[in-house]
Amino acid sequence: MKKNILGILGLFIFIFIFTAYYSEPFLSAYNMQNLIKWSSLYAIMGIGVAFVIITGGIDLSIGSVIGLVASLMALAIKKGWDPNFAVVMLLGLSLGIGLIHGLLITKVKLQPFVVTLCGLLVYRGISRWMTDNQTMQYPGTDKLDSLFSGKVLMGSFGLPAPLFFLIVVAILAAIFLNRTIWGRYLFALGNNEDGARYSGIETDRLKIVAYVICSFLAGLSGLLFAYELDSVQPAQTGEFYELYAIAAAVLGGCSLRGGQGTILGVIIAAAVIRLLRNSINLLGISTHLEYAIIGMVILCGVAADEIIKRVMARRRTAQVTTARK
Amino acid sequence: MDAQPSLLKVTAIGKQFPGVQALHNVDLTLNRGEVLSLVGENGAGKSTMMKILAGVHTPDAGTIELDGKPIRANSVREAQAHGIALIHQELNLAGNLDIAANIFLGNEPHKAGFIDRKDIHAQASKHLKRVGLAFPTDTLVADLTIGHQQLVEIAKALSVDARIIIMDEPTSSLAQKETENLFKVVNDLRSQGISIIYISHRLGEVIELSDRVSVLRDGENAGELAREEISHDAMVKLMVGRDLSQFYQRNATEPGEVVIEANRLRTSAHPNRELSFSVRQGEIVGIAGLVGAGRTELLQTLFGITPAVGGTLKLDGNKILPRRPLEAIIAGIALAPEDRKQHGLVSEMSVRENSSLPRLRVDQKAGMIDFSAETNVANEAVEKMDIKTPHLEQVIQYLSGGNQQKVVLGKWLAMNPRLLLLDEPTRGIDVGSKQEIYKLMEELAASGVAILFVSSEMEEVLGMADRVLVMHEGAITGELDRNQLSEETIMQLATDNKAAA
Ligand SMILES: Nc1ncnc2c1ncn2[C@@H]1O[C@H](COP(=O)(O)OP(=O)(O)OP(=O)(O)O)[C@@H](O)[C@H]1O
Ligand SMILES: [Mg+2]
Repeated sequence: MKKNILGILGLFIFIFIFTAYYSEPFLSAYNMQNLIKWSSLYAIMGIGVAFVIITGGIDLSIGSVIGLVASLMALAIKKGWDPNFAVVMLLGLSLGIGLIHGLLITKVKLQPFVVTLCGLLVYRGISRWMTDNQTMQYPGTDKLDSLFSGKVLMGSFGLPAPLFFLIVVAILAAIFLNRTIWGRYLFALGNNEDGARYSGIETDRLKIVAYVICSFLAGLSGLLFAYELDSVQPAQTGEFYELYAIAAAVLGGCSLRGGQGTILGVIIAAAVIRLLRNSINLLGISTHLEYAIIGMVILCGVAADEIIKRVMARRRTAQVTTARK
Repeated sequence: MDAQPSLLKVTAIGKQFPGVQALHNVDLTLNRGEVLSLVGENGAGKSTMMKILAGVHTPDAGTIELDGKPIRANSVREAQAHGIALIHQELNLAGNLDIAANIFLGNEPHKAGFIDRKDIHAQASKHLKRVGLAFPTDTLVADLTIGHQQLVEIAKALSVDARIIIMDEPTSSLAQKETENLFKVVNDLRSQGISIIYISHRLGEVIELSDRVSVLRDGENAGELAREEISHDAMVKLMVGRDLSQFYQRNATEPGEVVIEANRLRTSAHPNRELSFSVRQGEIVGIAGLVGAGRTELLQTLFGITPAVGGTLKLDGNKILPRRPLEAIIAGIALAPEDRKQHGLVSEMSVRENSSLPRLRVDQKAGMIDFSAETNVANEAVEKMDIKTPHLEQVIQYLSGGNQQKVVLGKWLAMNPRLLLLDEPTRGIDVGSKQEIYKLMEELAASGVAILFVSSEMEEVLGMADRVLVMHEGAITGELDRNQLSEETIMQLATDNKAAA
């Protein structure tokens, strides 16, 4: 399952150098720390949805799960719950949400789009209802604070906590996908579900696992976002994030047809998306154009990827031809 | 006859795929109103040559002349405009549309952009008549049998005024009746002056149908046979470059213990039929019957795809009732399914990944893939099955049809099954490889494996089975020992003609 991530890496480097050249503050420690932090958060969501996309499914509920977890965490603290306990409960809740998605999709045979679209509405509604739609503050809970939004200093440069979460998640995800039999099964079923089943792969179980992983990582991101933002708006926190996650996965080489994708690609793509927002701000381009620019870049990126793939295939043919002569 | 130039003249065609020279310097001619058969081993380049004619692939070298004028077809549409239509190995109809819509898909007669419904149905029924189909043109294609779908494909070709119709292994999934029907249509078309290029591994059909046979071997011309020279042996000799005995004859050995025993088993496809039978160690049991007799469903039930709705099943004396394939596999059952594209393969994965798929679980180290074991498994499959692939990393969909089937068989051999279920094991497999597969079945049986195979090819059933179960409408209508086997008795049981049997 080798995938060409050179294209997306090239895109990242290009935008990076371009922005660095035209904007003084871009390379400042503060900006870099922020960029790393937000890229990591996006990448964690993106990795989650990549699992689901590899099975040929989709998860539209990510943003709402993030909002729900962030809101409930704030509510729990406000009600005086033990924050550690709340964290465990909320991560458990996200696992449960993923499980329900998976069961509805595999056992009731509903379409992933429909199930998770309803999830998007339901979880957002519950967040607003349970918090009375009030903006909630995160009072300091020092230990969790430093776990979720602390910094590890390297000299004067502070590496943000989400980066470390990302590193752990990415390594585990990459090992799972590329080294374990279940990762291979996931690709196989994304490609041909019947064929996988006929080979003795428990396709339903694996699909459920994919949705559980996705919702769990969304829940984890919810906690990270909440502590990062210091306040939560139940109606808004996490809104549209599923689209960023899906965009990162697709730009990073996952095919919505299923059966394809790499973790490294998703991480770089998440960074590209954050980097774009950052550049737009710093270069003084109208922020009203932000969505349009991000959309165009993703479109071009995916198109370029497709073209590169074709050219490579042709070149391989040519090499064989010359080798024979 | 040679006064006018041939309809189609192909000269020195070459085609290269990554790692494979699929065609090299191939010539081909086709006359008006002629049935030309193209035969050759798996991977010989037959499908590739036809895809070039039909505009799916562009050749790297060579020329194609139609009516003496050079043409270049860079797309299927251009080829159609020249009157060349290809009916693929796998049919390409939209099941959710009706017959008329399928016939005119992409070529809808319209008035200012609006589809003219009346016209479409009138014209469609005209084309349907030419292929002898009497269905209303608003029948959904999904409701037709494969044989009828194929005729719709032919009607579709006629609708674009095809002068050359290419059929790539059209009969491989047809029942006897449907095959006969197709032949009738082919003969009609020939008498109307339409030329047909016909590809098949069933040499009997080739003999019956062809005016001329052209043979490919390893991507090159291996020879040509005129009408009076066509014979089984002559074709085989050109295909494989040596003589092969006509039919494989099995040397049965004394069977051992009972491996699988079904007692009043009921499948979900035919829940009111009770099936009882057993297969012993070292035994090769064939299941004969017409398409739709419930043979595939029986194998799928044994393999846990569609769990049984009643009855009992014993493997080595232990009760089992597989509800999922994994349970069957763990118990020692393997199934090489009939539809390899849909069920047998993961088409975007490599030869290595496909041939190791069931085996991964066995060789795992705490969930981790054992990559060296995997490579061994794949290498062994390629070697044992003589799979033609440039390397293990080749994506399976780029292998020829027959070589894909060999990968499917190879991946199950790696599991050392106790009971091997084979559904049409030699579909799309060339004569040479067929014999290798028969030999393999025999070796497996000799090593104590119980084999249960479904086949629609009478020769195969007669040649390979120690015992035959004949099925009709979901029920086993007869069980024949080797010495009772004959084509007539099987056919009578298969059509449930009890009086005669
Ligand atoms: N798209 C492709 N990419 C790479 N290799 C290909 C492709 N199509 C065919 N090949 C290779 O070209 C060779 C000829 O294949 P082709 O399908 O023409 O064989 P065939 O004669 O039709 O065999 P069969 O009887 O098994 O269907 C094979 O080695 C096959 O692997
Ligand atoms: Mg072929």
